[in-house]
Amino acid sequence: MMRLRTVASAALILTLAACGGATSDAGESTPSAGAKGTVNLAVNPWVGYESDAAVVTYLLEKKLGYTVEKKELKEEISWQGFETGEVDAILENWGHADLKKTYIEQKKVAVEAGSTGNTGIIGWYVPQWMVDQYPDITDYKNLNKYASLFKTSESKGKGQLLGGDPSYVTNDVALINNLKLDYTVVFSGSEAAIIKAAQQAGAQKKPLLFYFYEPQWLFAQEKFVRIKLPPYTAGCDADPKKVACDYPDYDLDKIVSKKFADANSTAYQLIKNFKWTNDDQNLVSDYLTNQGMSADQAAEKWVNEHEATWKPWIPAGS
Amino acid sequence: MVAVAGETAPRRVTRRRVLWVLLVVAAVGAYLGFRTAGAADSDDAAAFRFFTGVRNWVDDNRDTSPLFLYGVNYLRLGVRLLVDAVQAGLYGLGFAGLVAAAGAVALVLAGWRTALVAVGGFLAFGFLGLWAESVDTLVLTVSAVLLAVLTGVPIGVLAARVNWVSATLRPVLDVMQIMPTFAYLAPMTLLFLIGEPAAVIATLIYAVPATIRITELGLREVSPTSVEAATALGSTGRQLLTKVRLPMARPTIVLAVNQTIMMALSMVVITALIDAPGLGQNIIRALERVNVGVAFDAGLAIVIMAVVLDRITTGAARRRPATRGRSRWVVAGGALVAVVVVALLPIGQDLPRLSFAGPVNDLTGWIELHWYDATEWIKNVVSAGLLDPLESVLTSTPWWLFVLLVAAFGTLVSGVRSAAVAALAAAGIAGLGLWQHAMQTLATVLVTIVLTMAVGIVLGVWSARHDWFAAGLRPVLDAAQTMPSFVYLLPAVALFGASRFTAIMAGFVYAFPPVVRLVDRGLRDVPATVVEAAVSAGSTPRQLLWKVQLPMARGGLLLAANQGIVLVLAMVVLGGLVGAGALGYDVVAGFSQREDFGQGLAAGFAIVLLGILLDRLTQGFHHAKGPR
Amino acid sequence: MTSTITVEHLWKVFGPKPERVVGTELASLPRAELRERTGCLAAVRDVSFAVEAGEVFVVMGLSGSGKSTLVRCLTRLIEPTSGEISIDGEAVRAMNARRLRDLRRHRVAMVFQHFGLLPHRSVLDNVGYGLEIQGIGRAERHRRAGEMLTLVGLDGHENQYPEQLSGGMQQRVGLARALAIDPALLLFDEPFSALDPLIRRDMQTEVRRLHAEVGKTLVFITHDLAEALTLGDRIAVLRDGELVQVGTPEDLVGAPADDYVADFVRDVPRSDVLTLRWIMRDPLAGETCEDQPLPATTVIRDAVPRILRAKLPVQVVEGDRVVGVVDADRLLPALISHHRQVPA
Repeated sequence: MMRLRTVASAALILTLAACGGATSDAGESTPSAGAKGTVNLAVNPWVGYESDAAVVTYLLEKKLGYTVEKKELKEEISWQGFETGEVDAILENWGHADLKKTYIEQKKVAVEAGSTGNTGIIGWYVPQWMVDQYPDITDYKNLNKYASLFKTSESKGKGQLLGGDPSYVTNDVALINNLKLDYTVVFSGSEAAIIKAAQQAGAQKKPLLFYFYEPQWLFAQEKFVRIKLPPYTAGCDADPKKVACDYPDYDLDKIVSKKFADANSTAYQLIKNFKWTNDDQNLVSDYLTNQGMSADQAAEKWVNEHEATWKPWIPAGS
Repeated sequence: MVAVAGETAPRRVTRRRVLWVLLVVAAVGAYLGFRTAGAADSDDAAAFRFFTGVRNWVDDNRDTSPLFLYGVNYLRLGVRLLVDAVQAGLYGLGFAGLVAAAGAVALVLAGWRTALVAVGGFLAFGFLGLWAESVDTLVLTVSAVLLAVLTGVPIGVLAARVNWVSATLRPVLDVMQIMPTFAYLAPMTLLFLIGEPAAVIATLIYAVPATIRITELGLREVSPTSVEAATALGSTGRQLLTKVRLPMARPTIVLAVNQTIMMALSMVVITALIDAPGLGQNIIRALERVNVGVAFDAGLAIVIMAVVLDRITTGAARRRPATRGRSRWVVAGGALVAVVVVALLPIGQDLPRLSFAGPVNDLTGWIELHWYDATEWIKNVVSAGLLDPLESVLTSTPWWLFVLLVAAFGTLVSGVRSAAVAALAAAGIAGLGLWQHAMQTLATVLVTIVLTMAVGIVLGVWSARHDWFAAGLRPVLDAAQTMPSFVYLLPAVALFGASRFTAIMAGFVYAFPPVVRLVDRGLRDVPATVVEAAVSAGSTPRQLLWKVQLPMARGGLLLAANQGIVLVLAMVVLGGLVGAGALGYDVVAGFSQREDFGQGLAAGFAIVLLGILLDRLTQGFHHAKGPR
Repeated sequence: MTSTITVEHLWKVFGPKPERVVGTELASLPRAELRERTGCLAAVRDVSFAVEAGEVFVVMGLSGSGKSTLVRCLTRLIEPTSGEISIDGEAVRAMNARRLRDLRRHRVAMVFQHFGLLPHRSVLDNVGYGLEIQGIGRAERHRRAGEMLTLVGLDGHENQYPEQLSGGMQQRVGLARALAIDPALLLFDEPFSALDPLIRRDMQTEVRRLHAEVGKTLVFITHDLAEALTLGDRIAVLRDGELVQVGTPEDLVGAPADDYVADFVRDVPRSDVLTLRWIMRDPLAGETCEDQPLPATTVIRDAVPRILRAKLPVQVVEGDRVVGVVDADRLLPALISHHRQVPA
């Protein structure tokens, strides 16, 4: 539900009209943490992130007495929010070196707040049944042998690699070229489309080679196996056109706005301390996705059962 | 004289035919001679860098440039004020009060039947457990529509009165209407911030062209005799406007409001991506979890809202003047009192929950499991038999040859002027550096349009001939048109894979309802006397249809094709989300990745140019020959 | 309250740069050639006439003859290209917007072929429209609108809407609307041509009655000769924008200015229009006549029984003066002939 702000914004317009131009971060933002105890959390659109947000929100509200405002945003817009003052924290950031450069180094409106403890794995996957049937398929060197299995109406006679969640920079096209694979990338365009295709591939026993990542709640439902690409070594992905190695593991981290960090509130400290495992996150994600719980219910259940994990996050003296 | 005319007419037709044949032969020859392998588009064209530069400039100057300090930012604050006021109003009424208010408004504007629909519809939000979300969506819709009416009606009036304003506005409105919201949504949040104001403004940009265009049409259609009569009595310009033109255009302006509402509602889901509250967020969240059933509940609430608002506004437009008068004020007063009383009653919204999520999930699950082989086969046949050949011809045609052919065929079909615009649009696409992607998208769009027209005409003919069929079809069309496509995209992906064909199906579902409606209306509008004459001459029903009704409904059919094109183009971006790639994917990627912004916006413009190209090419049929 | 109009050398040219046509050699070109050479259409060409106070002045012509343009030029609903128009001695073309609006509000009203009613207003509010825009209060304008409706025979229809009325009734509303502002001059642009013949006749009677009752100056546009002859004190015949002839009905039928007019009036039963003046002959020396003479203004048809019953010729008098005689021999050709006649 939206909050009622009529009077406030009317007054604001009057004040601003009196003193001239209105800057883009004026007045709009709900006050940053500390002053009135509101924390603005960006919530990026995948369930793993929602699990982080659910637990952090629960702890902030129930244990530290803050009000949390969740903002459902795509990644890039969340980063913009640091600048306009509308976002205090991003809880699960996947790399995004370009955004870090813009907002942390150049604009200096955001700072890193440490790892979430989760490891992000990106790679190419096939459904379990394919591995059962073609055991050597998990080595990229054998992919050309099976290319015809992966032919679709979209792949122009080659094998199809379903990829392209547009939120990530991927190396798939370069990888296929440089590893001389008889495949073509079909851009699915959304995470949901990839998940649906993966589900169908499992249910219908249809071949599918797809770009995917962990932690991901889908792994709680179905088994998928990662293809072994030439191992990652530091710097092997330096030139995006010449990449011929696997994706690195991502240390998923937290980013907060500079203002929020500088205020050094207990909320900031809790977010900074927040750290858990992929299993923890997958558990909460499973509550959310497959057991139909609300964010609060899922967080409460996890918090009740994992006190040892979250206790150290709570700042001393609160 | 008669003999001479009788001779030249066929000769002209023959010459035209010869010209066509020559042109087709030349086109095929040129294509075979010049076709290319079609180099892939670069991802670093000059246009992309330019758009990225614009974005960076805005980003750097939004807190220093007076344009933003005094313009955009006040605009945002003003919109915020409006949203908050609407919100305070709607929430202030409470559940029972708002249900009663909806009924009262419907009663006053459109009669008691519609009032029942309105009350039922608003109660349904409660039963679906989506009360607060529905109200939030309603707040955004009402705010955007209010703004659209406040700005669009005066602009429409001006455009109707001043020809150069109309001519200047036309391309601007084209861009606003066809440019995918995704292409500019991200930088908009920089200017208007995350949340309601940006959402309302994005919605406004998409919806206000309908307000302006239909208002202008309404004013231009005001009987010149009435205007002349009022002038002859000494009316001033203002009196003419307020006492003659606006009142006489009222039904059309109400229709403009109706269309604006429908457009605004279709934006609701997308604005959820920038944290606009409401039903869109439920749908997006359900999508993350690949839970069609939950998305369906929220989608159903949107459909219900659309139907209620549509019935109220069309009812208001149709209302005969004779039923107005004093009694209306009595009804209005009574309704107001009733609303206040109900709003003060302590009625909660503790309703039994009614959710379709479970059954819908079971049903889609079953369909996904059992229809897959058949749907896969259909997809493969259409892709290999129709889509691939068309796409390979289009992508292997050099851009300059394409531009020439557009100019040549365009001149034959629509005249020099339209052909020139169309050819310029084609050249512009090449200039944007997205030629291959644009041609791939064009192939998908053309197949979608053919499919949409074929099915639309068949259903439209049936619906015009059988009232029972029309009545049964109406709710299906309503639902297809207003159900957010995100809801049915996932089952489509399950059945057809991440593919162009999925995009075609999504575009088809979105575009066929207006086609059916326009065909139906076109056929029903054929004068009864003509049909009578044909029947009395001994026509069979088939002859009647092919020789009389369809030719006479040509205007309606062409309008249908034109609308179909616009709507199909609107779905290109959604195609990008389900594997159709090309321009749609470029736009989606531009939204998601800061560094791809330039390419995304360029792709947006390419879609606009495709729209202009197709519009100008088909438009010729409207003006060149025959009655509309 | 009556009004006079004079029109001098009025031109209306449609098309690009119309002012270059008037007063040059282009002006004398035939219509088709002018259009060919300049793309301009001369709808009204050098028209001059005068309408006297209280007169019913009919402008007649086929469609495309420029008559509707001409009548619209009178109050500048269409801006003339050149020429002078004056109403009650005041130059219309010199008026500024405010003065022109005053003219339209108070002195000249118009009735249109397609009625031009406002569908969103009740009959009463349609009639009161002209008063409303003058700023007259609601009670007063409803009162006067009501009177007008009584005058045109639409009592009891006040609260209906135009679409609920028949065509004839709608035109009565249009008429009442024009009368409501009490203008000295009424312009009718083919007001009855969209109506059924019977209703048209009723309406013509109505106009004649109103003219007799309220005595306004009327300018009446029509393409229907019968209507022109019925209503007009004088008739102006317009062809391709040019005035061919202006005269009384009698003048037109009896002495058409050219073949065009002659063709127009060919089927008019002459005996219905012409007076004895047109068929009388000089008395023969020492001729004996009937005792009772007939006035020269008697329409032939009305004199038929007298003349046929008479054994002797009948004298035709103007006042006391004998101007000629008629007998059966002179009568018969007028009854059967369509040939052109010249006054004796």
